[in-house]
Amino acid sequence: MTNSIAELENADCILVIGSNTTSSHPLIAMRIFRAKQKGARLIVADPRRIQLALMADLHVRHNLGTDVALINAMMHVIIKEGWHNQAFIDERTEGFEDLKKILDAYTPEKAAEITGVAADDIIRMAEYYAKAKAGSIVYCMGITQHTTGVDNVRTLANLSMITGHIGRESTGVNPLRGQNNVQGACDMGGLPNVYPAYQAVTDPDNKKKFESAWNAALSDKVGLTVSEMMSGLSHGPLKALYILGENPMVSDPDTAHVEKALKSAELLVVQDIFLTETARLAHVVLPGATFAEKDGTFSNTERRVMRVRKAIDPVGNAKADWEIIKEISNRFGYPMEYGTPEEIMKEISSVTPSYGGITYQRLDGEGLLWPCPTTDHPGTKFLHKDKFVRGKGLFYAVEFKPPAEVVDEEFPFWFTTGRVFAHYHTGTMTRNCPTLDSEIHEGFLEVNPGDAEGLGLRHGDAVNISSRRGLMTAKTMVTDRVTKGVVFMPFHFAESSANVLTNTVLDPVCKIPELKVCAVRLEKVA
Amino acid sequence: MDYRTVLTTCTHCGCGCNFYLEVLDGKVIGTIPCKTSPTNEGKLCIKGWNVHEFIQSEKRLTQPLLRKDGELKEVSWDEALDFTAKRLREIKDTHGADSIGFLTSARVTNEENYLLQKFCRAAIGTNNVDHCARL
Ligand code: SF4
Repeated sequence: MTNSIAELENADCILVIGSNTTSSHPLIAMRIFRAKQKGARLIVADPRRIQLALMADLHVRHNLGTDVALINAMMHVIIKEGWHNQAFIDERTEGFEDLKKILDAYTPEKAAEITGVAADDIIRMAEYYAKAKAGSIVYCMGITQHTTGVDNVRTLANLSMITGHIGRESTGVNPLRGQNNVQGACDMGGLPNVYPAYQAVTDPDNKKKFESAWNAALSDKVGLTVSEMMSGLSHGPLKALYILGENPMVSDPDTAHVEKALKSAELLVVQDIFLTETARLAHVVLPGATFAEKDGTFSNTERRVMRVRKAIDPVGNAKADWEIIKEISNRFGYPMEYGTPEEIMKEISSVTPSYGGITYQRLDGEGLLWPCPTTDHPGTKFLHKDKFVRGKGLFYAVEFKPPAEVVDEEFPFWFTTGRVFAHYHTGTMTRNCPTLDSEIHEGFLEVNPGDAEGLGLRHGDAVNISSRRGLMTAKTMVTDRVTKGVVFMPFHFAESSANVLTNTVLDPVCKIPELKVCAVRLEKVA
Repeated sequence: MDYRTVLTTCTHCGCGCNFYLEVLDGKVIGTIPCKTSPTNEGKLCIKGWNVHEFIQSEKRLTQPLLRKDGELKEVSWDEALDFTAKRLREIKDTHGADSIGFLTSARVTNEENYLLQKFCRAAIGTNNVDHCARL
């Protein structure tokens, strides 16, 4: 997020797009409720009638995968009406003319054809957002899990920059991270192209720095992404995979393909707290510890680094994950001598400039928002205050592209996925909380009443759902949360796993699979 | 009776709410939201209120498992760790460092993420490390 969570409640216009905030980020939704109470306008753009839509000033239900067309049309209107912030554009950005050129074609009427949103509504969205004093955008995986994920994100950045809604208190672009410590995993270099703090592995200076810090020869070749590792296993070059606390058998698209990949590994190591669907395929399973059984830190979606504190010893013979890694490294022949996670943090701050000022002692209390380069730095509440990281903010002229798979005669329904309020991700943890499990115990498929009638489906009926990748069965939930022609399924449930059906096609730049759109066929189970 | 509360951070979503875990005689029995936390200001959602329930679930893995004759069998830590290190070494020596990949996790701590990518880069010698952030 470019802003801290608390700032959201002082925005006077919030555009929520591709985020079911009350389900996936409940305590951020609370800030949106408060902003609303203080008089902010709330715009929700979501194909489903999510809970936030019920309290929105304007809810638009655009067709799946048409975000770029919708936002481009908003910008078309903003420029045409002169609601843009020319001073901000002149001082802080470049590339505006190129963007302006392509926006010409995105009239609200043309966008209405693509998105299914009335032209008048697009004009109102543009007006609410552009005329606000402090406009904030909130988005989540509904924006990123597309073949056009990067296009979608760039388009939202364009929108915030033409109106100058960025770099001030309560204004900005706020991606909500899907998982609790994704921010931290990225910050710590859990990515194939960068060391901690996003320092490129291809840069010889970075390589030298880390070689001396770690006392080892390093590779300057960018590594494989998750999806590339899966195909690498199936096709040969990758022989071994070590998975820490992830469950790709449920979270990744096209489960059949993932299973084949994992089964072809010469060595599959899984370190986890439960015997997940993925762990069942492993050669060796190492029992790790939950957050309650170890010390450490998490970095939340607003970049706040916070303490995790050990409350009990690991259950049975389980071990803290850092100890497991340390012991394997020692046996492998690369000695690691950390006595506590605090010692690891000391090393992290010495090689990670944005965490340079972070110590356990300073984290007592409210935690710290990075960048926090030195021990006397107070941390950073919002980013891009006087300038962007690259200096000037760059506009990208992005054209609308349809999703990789579209509906046709054989697969006539749009299929999309998401979360429900009681569960988290693959359900490894939440489905083992009896209270949460009793709230929602099994997967289901949301079908519009009109479609249900056409298919002869009633609430609770079993329905077969097939895509080009697989077939599965789920219970029908008849609801107008989805529009005609669209069906929705939560992805937490391994036994009725939405990802049996989803598409593995990737965004060409950031390699995110298109989990949010594919085409399916429905049949009532006889 | 030994009753303690331990201030920590929720693991169920990216909001990162703070609460006290209530510990009674070595068992985690509940959560109490932290009022002074800047993120949640004394509130929690249903996932946070019940987060303690999975920690001591009977289904937790409590012993390392190793595949023998096609089946996962309980083994000692020494056996599991030696096996893992030895196989990683063999595969690196036969097929090269880039034949090994690591998926690190959005659910473990920063320190653990740091350590795994360090092991991958410095010990194995490859940049094949990623996680499921995109999913
Ligand atoms: S209490 Fe709820 S909102 Fe807060 S971090 Fe946990 S899951 Fe997220």
